Amino acid sequence: MNPMWIDTLFFYFFALLVLGGGVATITCKSAVHSAISLIVSMVGVAGLFLLQHAEFLFAVQIVLYIGGVMVLFLFVIMLVNLDESMQMRQFNRQWLLAVAAVIAAGVQAVWLLSKPADLPAAVPQVPGGPGNVQRVADVLFSQYLLPFEIASVLLLAAVIGSVVMAKKRL
Amino acid sequence: MHPITTTHYLILSAALLAIGAVGVLIRRNIIIMLMSIELILNAVNINLIAFSRHYQDVIGQVFAIFVITVAVAEAAVGLGILIALFRNKATVQADEVEILKW
Repeated sequence: MNPMWIDTLFFYFFALLVLGGGVATITCKSAVHSAISLIVSMVGVAGLFLLQHAEFLFAVQIVLYIGGVMVLFLFVIMLVNLDESMQMRQFNRQWLLAVAAVIAAGVQAVWLLSKPADLPAAVPQVPGGPGNVQRVADVLFSQYLLPFEIASVLLLAAVIGSVVMAKKRL
Repeated sequence: MHPITTTHYLILSAALLAIGAVGVLIRRNIIIMLMSIELILNAVNINLIAFSRHYQDVIGQVFAIFVITVAVAEAAVGLGILIALFRNKATVQADEVEILKW
């Protein structure tokens, strides 16, 4: 079979996962079902990363989002879940207006994007050379070293901040 | 079937962004609003990776790593605030938190 054809097939499969998971996330009544749908959506995004030859980000997406963030979400849902909150109204009063506004903006975006693009032609991939992880690391640890260090300070602040927020008494 | 171009990825990303924005705007449950923010940030990452591929330049992937870092920090702090809120008000509905409103 033609590899181009397989790429197309996989793109539509992962796009279906991403969009279907996303729609289920915002429409499910139960927060646990929403979290599971969000995991499906994240798996789809990870697959798209793999299709785009971003192997390092694929691994990060699986480990960090599906392994880390989603466990955090499920844990908090278990901590705060109220059975009566599921019986309550799930959408706020302006939901129709919000959906209409966002759909209008989305249609506009898609229309703009699907016009014959003035995007420069894609740069062809050169076979050989260092792998994806090495190329990412080369840029991250030379050109973007300072932002990388600042990101670690941000994570430290987030760790301390979330402990301070969630703790009963310090 | 025609081959997948960068434009396909951009349209998919715009659709995911719209879904996330709808989720933030219409839901009352704060946990699901936080999940919708994660959807929005993932849409941004799809865009960055698509352009990284388009120009064969890994800087887009480096920026996606930074976006993921910020998303994780935001989720941790947001859920911490949510637990503190739940302890004080016993609710996770956004429109029942109205102490600052008059």
